[in-house]
Amino acid sequence: MNSKFKLSMQLMKGNWLLYAGAVVSVMAAGIFAMVCPLVIRATIDSVIGNKELDVPGWLGSIIESWGGTGVLAKNLWICSLALLALTLLQGIFSFARGKWAAQASEEISRRLRDKLYEKFQKLPYDYHVKAKTGDLIQRSTSDVETIRRFLSFQLVEVGNTVFMVIVVFIIMMSLNIKMALLSVVVLPVLFTFSIVFFKKIKDQFKLCEESEGKLSTVLQENLTGIRVVKAFGREAFEYEKFDKKNDEYTENVRGIINYFALYWSSSDLMSLSQTGIVTVAGIYATISGQITLGTFFVFLAYVGMLLWPVRQLGRILTDMGKMVVAMDRINEILEKEQENMNEKGKRPIIKGNIEFHKVCFGYEGDENVIKDVSFKVKSGQTVAILGPTGSGKSTLMHLLQRLYDYRKGSIIVDGVELKEIEKNWLRKHIGIVLQEPFLFSRTIKENICLAKLDVREEEMFEAARTAAVHDVVNEFDKGYETIVGERGVTLSGGQKQRVAMARSLIRSCPIVIFDDSLSAVDTETDALIRKAIRESNKKVTTFIISHRITTLSQADAVVVLKDGMIEQYGSHSELISQEGLYKKLWNLAKGSEKAV
Amino acid sequence: MQHLEEQEYTKQFDFELWKNLFRYTKPYKKYLIRLIFIMVGVAGIDAIFPLMGKFAVDNFIVAGDMSKMGIYIAVFSILVVVQAFNVWMLITTAGKIEVGVCYDIRKNAFRRIQELSLSYFDRTPVGWMMARMTSDTQRLGQIIAWGSVDSIWGIAMMVIMMSIMLILNWKLALTALVVMPALIVTGIYFQKRILKAFRDIRKTNSKITASFNEGITGARTSKTLVREGRNIIEFNEITDKMYHKSVKAAIFSSLYMPIVLLLGSIGTGLVLWKGGNNVINGVMGYGTLVAFINYVLRFFEPVRELARIFADLQYAQASGERILSLIDKEPDIKDKKEIIQKFGDFFNPVKKDWPGVEGDILFENVSFRYKKGEEVLKNFNLHVKKGQNIALVGATGSGKSTIVNLVCRFYEPVEGRILIDGTDYRERSQLWLHSNLGYVLQTPHLFSGTIMENIKYGRLDAGDEDVIKASKLVNAHDFIVKLDKAYEAEVGEGGARLSMGQKQLVSFARAIIADPAIFVLDEATSSIDSETEQVIQSAVEKVLEGRTSFIIAHRLSTIRNADRILVIDKGTVIEEGTHQELLKLRGRYYNLYNNQFLDEQEIKTINMDTELSL
Repeated sequence: MNSKFKLSMQLMKGNWLLYAGAVVSVMAAGIFAMVCPLVIRATIDSVIGNKELDVPGWLGSIIESWGGTGVLAKNLWICSLALLALTLLQGIFSFARGKWAAQASEEISRRLRDKLYEKFQKLPYDYHVKAKTGDLIQRSTSDVETIRRFLSFQLVEVGNTVFMVIVVFIIMMSLNIKMALLSVVVLPVLFTFSIVFFKKIKDQFKLCEESEGKLSTVLQENLTGIRVVKAFGREAFEYEKFDKKNDEYTENVRGIINYFALYWSSSDLMSLSQTGIVTVAGIYATISGQITLGTFFVFLAYVGMLLWPVRQLGRILTDMGKMVVAMDRINEILEKEQENMNEKGKRPIIKGNIEFHKVCFGYEGDENVIKDVSFKVKSGQTVAILGPTGSGKSTLMHLLQRLYDYRKGSIIVDGVELKEIEKNWLRKHIGIVLQEPFLFSRTIKENICLAKLDVREEEMFEAARTAAVHDVVNEFDKGYETIVGERGVTLSGGQKQRVAMARSLIRSCPIVIFDDSLSAVDTETDALIRKAIRESNKKVTTFIISHRITTLSQADAVVVLKDGMIEQYGSHSELISQEGLYKKLWNLAKGSEKAV
Repeated sequence: MQHLEEQEYTKQFDFELWKNLFRYTKPYKKYLIRLIFIMVGVAGIDAIFPLMGKFAVDNFIVAGDMSKMGIYIAVFSILVVVQAFNVWMLITTAGKIEVGVCYDIRKNAFRRIQELSLSYFDRTPVGWMMARMTSDTQRLGQIIAWGSVDSIWGIAMMVIMMSIMLILNWKLALTALVVMPALIVTGIYFQKRILKAFRDIRKTNSKITASFNEGITGARTSKTLVREGRNIIEFNEITDKMYHKSVKAAIFSSLYMPIVLLLGSIGTGLVLWKGGNNVINGVMGYGTLVAFINYVLRFFEPVRELARIFADLQYAQASGERILSLIDKEPDIKDKKEIIQKFGDFFNPVKKDWPGVEGDILFENVSFRYKKGEEVLKNFNLHVKKGQNIALVGATGSGKSTIVNLVCRFYEPVEGRILIDGTDYRERSQLWLHSNLGYVLQTPHLFSGTIMENIKYGRLDAGDEDVIKASKLVNAHDFIVKLDKAYEAEVGEGGARLSMGQKQLVSFARAIIADPAIFVLDEATSSIDSETEQVIQSAVEKVLEGRTSFIIAHRLSTIRNADRILVIDKGTVIEEGTHQELLKLRGRYYNLYNNQFLDEQEIKTINMDTELSL
């Protein structure tokens, strides 16, 4: 509760004035709206008619100084103008309310969205590994929308209605107590009825949503599985299946509509009865002289003004409960601890000399998955990592970028303990191409230049050529301007990998990690890319996770991991003379040549 | 996501289109007629209420004669009850139309979707079709039903009120109506602007959603590239845009009401002024003045409603266009009339007249190109004898899938023909072929429901024993019985509750249960765990036995076991033969073998840590 309060305060900061303005405006607009019937009343009773003028003293004396109601009667347009002026004022204030409430609530939802997005960017790597994307997006969109609607509309509207009811009732009481009471006699019933109704209909809405969900599941599955439908000739079967769900859904919608028919007709019955009561009572009161004709008119006008908002109130109030839930769900994200990026760390010159010394690591609360790993890499060397699924290859590489921090042991990069190096600094100097790279739905050019500002075109081509993707891109109709994922252009897994490699290579990092990324391209392209990297004459320390013997054999050293431990370590020539996984692979490759 | 954005439609009112769309109201004609009566009734009573006020003022208050009070109360009560009943009638009636029209459109569209050929689905994103069937249909149903309600009411209300005012005092009526043109123009102008502004917001909003999506799914990549900061800046730009657009829209809509009110109050003012003078001069009664003020106050409502419908119509027109473009779409592949007469269509097959299928397939000079694309196959000839297993090997885009698509008649040859058991398959119905086809996709697709239901999809009249038999044949039985409810276990949406390997096994069982003569297998490329791999491999062997089959093959074992291997490149067969024969050629197959298949063995070796050979 406390943190929710804190969040609310943060969001409201700087918006109080706008909000206060909106609230004051809504009240002012309401007051002017209420005064209009009073002007008509005065005009009917005292200007056109000849009743004693019943207006506040100051206004009375002004009118007197002009020459009294007689002058007004000769110049009726003045009354009309007064009416117009009042409406204009009402308009100005209701405009101000709309504008200010929008500014405040939009500013708040912008902040909320920005906060959420920033949070997503700053949450640790591990959070995103486990994240349920659909749920997070739901919270970032529809929950924010719920809060926005509450702030921009519901809150002001409820305030407005309550205020109106109170003020109108007070004015009515001051005009005639009996009439005032009769004018609101049905309102509580109407209000209770609408609350009960909207609470009740929730279940029907839920039913409706569920059947709609089922309908769209059938549709979605049919569309995505259309090949299966066609190959099995199940068109008629699907049609019947869909028809059944269509029927169910239609029935439920009809149910809702029937509920609403009942609601609107009953609430109309109540509202019109209220009008009827005021009309009949008003007639008697006017004839008996308790009220004037103008007052009668005012009562009718006021009743008309109250009925609609009171009917709406039920709906709004039942809807407002959602806001608390939405707030909670958003807060849950915002309270998650984010990665500490601001710590002041060292910024050594990184050349790519790396030493692992008895490194241990395990995911939060779990046993170690990296156990006592030690090896050394010199700047410019290529290290290949080999091991079965789950042996810890990727994890080991993630440690280097400090996506996770190791538990024990040490990793020394160019003489500095890794944990002491600033994360941003480190990540800027280590390029990693992930196993499942993510391309943004922008142009290929923007994707390649994602992590570097002011890239010359030639530089981009160079990176793309090295990643063996330049020719592929040029074959697209729009070349580098092709938007990834746009209709018609779907990049294959290998092509995506190569774009991701180009994106990484363009940064010219002294350390580059290929996290099994070369395996997604075929063997020949794999070799081409590695050759291009070697020939680019940059002194780059390279880590390659691979299963390909051709790749492994060309590395300066190979690390064979198993269950988080180094099982074998050495150069190609060393490893083929030992029994072990590496040798098995080597024999396999030799065998394939022999088999022919 | 962004490219699925709705296009802008600025076209003027399209009469033809609406006529076309209104054919969907035909079954509800009687409701529409009823609706007209109801709405005129509602408007009539709405317009009578101010007259009731006038009567009261003139007869009771001014004249002081209370003798008619009893009747007055009775009439008033009747009006109230009738109006409430009217409202109930109008909502249920319009509801019937709305719900019925939506139901019919969805039904028709879905039927058409079932008839359309695969070429359509290859071009059209699923999201696009979903949107047509959901939001567009809803919007259309709403505008047809409630648009009718509001426009009939609006027009009737205006006509009746105007008539009453003209009858009461035509001079004053004309004075009051001076603001009408301005009211209409403002109404239409604002409604259009507001609608456009909100559409703008929706677009920006979907950008925000897309950004959140990317920001979350791409977060890991962003971290490794140290791009979080710039992501945030870029996102802030979008929310900034959203802020300004929303505030602009809010300004527009909060400007609208005050202006309408102001125009309305000009009318009221004029009535008060001119009418008041009439009363002072004794040419008009108080009752008429009060009635006039009431009428003028109510006048802007129908105008506002009509302006809104006018703006909505344009929006709904776009929905209508898109829905019709789907429903009126002609399938690329259609059975000939005489074929349908003989063998029936998708929904009413005449199975008793269907000839059996042996499985002898002949491609005769087949050429093929996708719409506006270059030729994928050229003068392709191939004879597959009954029971032969054909493995198709080649790079992406070489034409393997095209051959399979042609066999399944998902596409038809542009030139040449394909004969099944000696007859051009276009001389048979599509359903005939598909009923004799077993098909397993690269990524298996299951439907929500139980495993039992999913397997029976392959043969609707299969008994439970048949399902178990098929499952046993493809080695799926063992894992199924280990599940919580065995065959009655729910697979979840799209089969999400099963692992990839399990889904594959179920899809094998589904394909085999009808004992099809022709079998098509698009093998999965992704490696699954080695244990399941073994199970699947032996399943494949059993499934292919004795059936004419086409396999887009990736696994070495599948390829080696094939009767014939075709190496496809750029739409032609460049090498053909058995595994051993092809290896000896030392050509393309040899290369593929070395790269792709060595890869496969390497991964196996690493993960199983056993010595393998090829």
